Amino acid sequence: MDQLQLAENVEKYLRGQLNDAEKKAFEEARQHSAELDQMVVEYQSFIEQIERYGDVRKFKSTLYDTHQTLQEEGFVKELKVKTTTRIINLWSRYSRVAAVAASIAGITALFISGMITLFSPKTPFNDIEELRRKVSSLEKQSSNQRNELNKFKSKIEPGASVKFGGTSFMIDAKGYLATSAHVLKGAKKIYVQNHEGEEFLAEIIESDHNADIAILKITDVDFKASKQLPYGFAKTSTDLSESVYTLGYPKDEIVYNEGYLSSKTGLDGDTVSCQLTISANPGNSGGPVLNKNGEVIGILSARQASANGVVFATKSKNIYKLIQTMRESDTSNAIKIHNNSSIKNINRSSQVKKVQEHVYMVKVVLG
Amino acid sequence: MGITEQEKIAFKAIGNNERDAIELVYKENYGLIQHFVVYNNGTEDDARDIFQEAMMVLYEKAKQPDFELTCQIKTYLYSVCRRLWLKKLQHARRMETQIENFDQVVTVDEDMEDHEKLTQQYLIMRTAMGKIGEPCKSLIEAFYVHHKNMQEIADFFGYTNADNAKNQKYKCLVRLKKLFFAQYKNQ
Repeated sequence: MDQLQLAENVEKYLRGQLNDAEKKAFEEARQHSAELDQMVVEYQSFIEQIERYGDVRKFKSTLYDTHQTLQEEGFVKELKVKTTTRIINLWSRYSRVAAVAASIAGITALFISGMITLFSPKTPFNDIEELRRKVSSLEKQSSNQRNELNKFKSKIEPGASVKFGGTSFMIDAKGYLATSAHVLKGAKKIYVQNHEGEEFLAEIIESDHNADIAILKITDVDFKASKQLPYGFAKTSTDLSESVYTLGYPKDEIVYNEGYLSSKTGLDGDTVSCQLTISANPGNSGGPVLNKNGEVIGILSARQASANGVVFATKSKNIYKLIQTMRESDTSNAIKIHNNSSIKNINRSSQVKKVQEHVYMVKVVLG
Repeated sequence: MGITEQEKIAFKAIGNNERDAIELVYKENYGLIQHFVVYNNGTEDDARDIFQEAMMVLYEKAKQPDFELTCQIKTYLYSVCRRLWLKKLQHARRMETQIENFDQVVTVDEDMEDHEKLTQQYLIMRTAMGKIGEPCKSLIEAFYVHHKNMQEIADFFGYTNADNAKNQKYKCLVRLKKLFFAQYKNQ
């Protein structure tokens, strides 16, 4: 008996689909062969596992539907947590103390800041440099020439002032991109360009300036959605010292850089972001930060001007959060992001080859 | 407080994934759990996740032939949620606040252990399913989850006959088995 037939018999036996004679023969064979017995036991538990997996999925979807329905019908609604009363009580009780404390603190602060201005050397006011790129006219010209060569006609009207560039990347293959919110500041029109130089019109559909994330949707008719993204999105935080890499457009060609996670918090202990040691330039803003498994752990957002190689990235769980809030406010925007990466076990350069297809340059036309 | 006949029926129905029973239990208990979680440092999303996980525990127990529910569904759900939420708070090291007590609780230690084990197994299977790729995943699901027969599968996936589909399903199953047990034995 070949393996296929054997497996089929085992399955039929387990499902009680053998007739009496077959069943008898099978049970006899099972008694005489420890190997067959082992196979039956293993098969049974394995198939139970598959079926349970299916049942759990069905149950989860029922739960999800039920929640949705009850929410629509108004049975499930948000609680308004009353915390104000307690705060007011405390305030009325301690307002006098607070006033005294505040004035002392104020005087001290003034005194200290006075001392600091008196004694500290002159430093640039802005310690944080956002990594969006100023596209000079020269660069624009060269990119235009290159586009002509590639026979891709630039869609940006000639004479429009393209001021800033950044990077973005697909979060859903249907045409949804994530980038840094600051890249899009003052935008009238947004174009994204893939690594082959094709330009597509895009628009902002959601942004969170606190987490420095924006979500774009490609609205261009020329855009063809790809099948599935090679990378996933990490839901958990990355470990210190873990190796990370990024792809971005500090120039008109895509650029790869690598580094490591140096702190789980951003500037001044900001928990929305994390700190990386990686070389990044203006234009890298909005680019994906990936770990060795090919999972996006964050979005590059800014670097510390006073220290070389210190870069901050918004954690990827903020992308999940933003999508969640979008889903709550408008169910028609069905962005789906997943956390499993299909490039987990391949080497870095093959990973990069796959990822780069989904990393886009952002060109902002100012109004 | 004991369990009524009506509750016993609802409990069994949850095990059969019956929408009406689930909706009923949802309606009667969600408010309490939501209140509990939100007033103990949680968000609305936390409340939903915790409640749904507790419903999952209830479902697992209802499917277990030798398990008998000895308290009200409300008490059971609340006890499980309390456990789950405490664990999550400890995990997030937000233990400064004492959990407020609303109601009586029953011991659910063993049930929680079972639940964790089952969740592990589910996740391993989900990962393995994710790794076998298409059309394998859909094929296996069509047969074992949606209980389609081989002829239907052959028609749907465009195989010339049921035997070809069977052959393909067998190959997929071998791959899935390998992936699943590679992880499962590590547990």
